[in-house]
Amino acid sequence: MDNQSVLERMKSHFGNAILESREFRGELTVVVPKDQIVEVCSFLKNDPELAYDFLSDLCGIDMYTPSKRFGVIYNLLSLKNRHRLRIKIFTEEEDPKVPTMTAIWGTANAHERETYDMFGIVFEGHPDLRRMYMPEDFEHYPLRKDFPLMGIPGSLPLPKK
Amino acid sequence: MPMGISCCAIEMMAFAGPRFDASRFGSEVLRFSPRQSDVMLVAGTTTYKMAKVVRKIYDQMPDPKWVIAMGACTSSGGMYRTYSVVQGIDLFLPVDVYVAGCPPRPDNLLNALMLLQQKVQRGESRGNTPSYIGDFHPTQPVAVT
Repeated sequence: MDNQSVLERMKSHFGNAILESREFRGELTVVVPKDQIVEVCSFLKNDPELAYDFLSDLCGIDMYTPSKRFGVIYNLLSLKNRHRLRIKIFTEEEDPKVPTMTAIWGTANAHERETYDMFGIVFEGHPDLRRMYMPEDFEHYPLRKDFPLMGIPGSLPLPKK
Repeated sequence: MPMGISCCAIEMMAFAGPRFDASRFGSEVLRFSPRQSDVMLVAGTTTYKMAKVVRKIYDQMPDPKWVIAMGACTSSGGMYRTYSVVQGIDLFLPVDVYVAGCPPRPDNLLNALMLLQQKVQRGESRGNTPSYIGDFHPTQPVAVT
């Protein structure tokens, strides 16, 4: 299965939902609206022809733009077709909430926790949305563009000497 | 107390193993309980989250106690100049010997061990308890063999 037939199959089901599609060096990237990501992803997984049964990665992105600042990127792999597909959604800075994918791919649990920890994107419906790498009482999100490289002084306390 | 936090711990194992053999210099026993240890060998990048654990283990060691900071990351943060890495464990621990290298050769760590033995012989400790222990008087220099 090649990129063109995947895109056509997606367009035949979600014609109006596909905002943008790009092909770069043989990799297909599709941008969809945030409120339709659950339908798109469950279709991509359960459709017998496409069968994207493996979520190889889920990550966040901070575009640092006034609108559509945060994004979530889903890298899918179909073991049956040996084909990779990248889905992107974007959300506003004031409302960094996207639906969770844990019901579709179990792998999303850890990836969404990591994305929440680093970007502060809230995955609604996630069963256990806690910080993963940073301390639980840490108040900032380190991979946001407005976070300084050396951190915010005093935000991570050290034990007394 | 082998506090092997990251990759320096591999060199620390070589230092303790038969090829470099730390036991030739009288310290063959690596104790994995802080209650049985007197030297803590911090080997690896110490993050802020891990710093609390390192300090807790150090606090559980009985006095007198010593600390060796092994490698660039432990001594100064090394190449990790970022928000998550402590820029040197001397920000929260009293360090007796720093070992340079990324990672240090096991020979270099043996050298640090011998330097520490000289310090112990002189009765010095940078720990939170007496800086001089025993009958040693600082005005009389001790010949180091």
